[in-house]
Amino acid sequence: MTHQPLLLRIVKEPMAVSLLSVLILAAFLVPMLNLMLPSDSAFHVPSYVVTLLGKYLTYALLALSVDLVWGYCGILSLGHGAFFALGGYAMGMYMMRQIGDRGVYGNAELPDFMVFLNWQELPWYWYGFDSFGFAMLMVVLVPGLLAFVFGWFAFRSRVTGVYLSIITQAMTYALLLAFFRNDMGFGGNNGLTDFKDILGFGLQTDGMRATLFFLSAMAVVTGYLVCRFIVDSRLGRVIVAIRDAESRTRFLGYRVEYYKLFVFTVSAVLAGIAGALYVPQVGIINPSEFSPANSIEIVIWVALGGRGSLTGPIIGALVVNYAKSYFTGALPEVWLFMLGGLFIFSTLFLPKGLVGTKAISDAFEEQRLRLAKFLRPYDYAEGGEGR
Amino acid sequence: MNKPHASNTILYLDGVSVSFDGFKALNDLSLYVEEGELRAIIGPNGAGKTTMMDVITGKTRPDKGDVIFNGGVDLTQLDEAAIANLGIGRKFQKPTVFENHTVFDNLELALKGHRRPQSSLFFRLSGEQQYRINEVLGIIALTDVHMMQAGSLSHGQKQWLEIGMLLMQDPDLLLVDEPVAGMTDAETEATAVLLKDIAKTRSVVVVEHDMVFVKSLDCRVNVLHEGSVLAEGSLDVVQQNEQVIEVYLGR
Repeated sequence: MTHQPLLLRIVKEPMAVSLLSVLILAAFLVPMLNLMLPSDSAFHVPSYVVTLLGKYLTYALLALSVDLVWGYCGILSLGHGAFFALGGYAMGMYMMRQIGDRGVYGNAELPDFMVFLNWQELPWYWYGFDSFGFAMLMVVLVPGLLAFVFGWFAFRSRVTGVYLSIITQAMTYALLLAFFRNDMGFGGNNGLTDFKDILGFGLQTDGMRATLFFLSAMAVVTGYLVCRFIVDSRLGRVIVAIRDAESRTRFLGYRVEYYKLFVFTVSAVLAGIAGALYVPQVGIINPSEFSPANSIEIVIWVALGGRGSLTGPIIGALVVNYAKSYFTGALPEVWLFMLGGLFIFSTLFLPKGLVGTKAISDAFEEQRLRLAKFLRPYDYAEGGEGR
Repeated sequence: MNKPHASNTILYLDGVSVSFDGFKALNDLSLYVEEGELRAIIGPNGAGKTTMMDVITGKTRPDKGDVIFNGGVDLTQLDEAAIANLGIGRKFQKPTVFENHTVFDNLELALKGHRRPQSSLFFRLSGEQQYRINEVLGIIALTDVHMMQAGSLSHGQKQWLEIGMLLMQDPDLLLVDEPVAGMTDAETEATAVLLKDIAKTRSVVVVEHDMVFVKSLDCRVNVLHEGSVLAEGSLDVVQQNEQVIEVYLGR
């Protein structure tokens, strides 16, 4: 019922403001500290850290996309890794074409793996990927289209709950098997790698790494704003209504399947963009990205951070992935147990995730009230709550 | 119980049968409601009252029979959303409101029109619509709690909120399933007054167990038993009916 502009609404929420400011600040500061300071300075951020943080940020965007469908619309997708991987493959195909004749076989017409397989010409579905614009279009279009078609059938047939989760899992598993096959033309088991550059700028240069980090941070901020616009709108209230009482929503005259289709498709597009930013930073895309376990891991990030809030999944993805990097280095054999333990722990003790814990939400609530009083002192003159 | 022509009715059920795994939930049910009428449906558990609601609102397809709305629309061909948008509102047996939304937002979501995703993404409440919501808040006596989450309302308040959501839909026909279940006597009385008031401008079908409440509605009553209509008439008349006494009232 509030018709304030989006930014004004966000400004009133200390948690969102803090997170977005940190992200925007980092988007500028991290590349600057990396590029401008000499490497022996105490404040210098090494390039590998820039890339690592950039990777976490793409995971944060992916978590945000899962939260939009799961946290707000109750669709527990266990196949979002597929949309992420498809976005990544689209980006990878562009970068493969950019290699040109600099591959091992020096074939300007065909990527190395096709030469290796004795293919004579480029398959039709690789056409157009020489163009950056076309590839970027595919980053958005391919995951979006798959989600649309998949959702069209699933939601129209009123597949819900655990059954929907299972078929999303089946979808990503089917894609995993398909992409493993050499004759699919996507590099089979090895996937796509040995990338050289994007738009002529070398992938290994510090400038490119910093740029990708910047873009990843800004993509998370933009993704947050897009999701925020959606969930604050009346459409957002309808999808929450669907989550809480689907048949009631139907009897009010809403076509539940259209709403689900909308958020599912938007979510898949966000996941695809995250994948496209991920691949150049890690330098490879292969079918393992489709593995069902990956998709389940995303759900853990969201559950731990706090589903149904937009800050939660971002924080969850960053925290869990930082922990993963740390523990897979320090105590590699215990990491999977920890991950499983985290999921059980958050399900049992943190139903609203980290951002929903009393300590954190109280601290931010206090800030919010203080801010609100500062902005609208008259509403609070009687000592009332105001709104 | 003369069979009227469908075109003279708001709701026309004729020879409707539904079976689930061989169990006949509705058995050749015929029921006719005139425009502007308030009608009560009573019957023991398992008589088919809720199944009848499901058939009318598109949740269950009948095996055979005609279900016609407003003199000519065949409801058996439409789904829940289409039927709701035609102007049939339904209140569930168990009060179902959107617990995580405020009372105000519950009513806003029920507001007539604006059902497509693209229009709801950019929707803004007009002054007129805001006025209507406030009006309904007054009718259902929830003005003071309009910013509260619906989940924190009392049981009776949830029942009223759901009736309020029906009013926001501005339907021609309201189907109300056990509106006073779990209400105090005072709330029950107030609900009877509210429904009678609503029935002045719309057609209302009420399913209810509470005899005192049905009596206070002071309207025609159908007694359902084993999926068909056993008797029809005023409550006094049906209460005298031998068969009705046997299956229902005399237990």
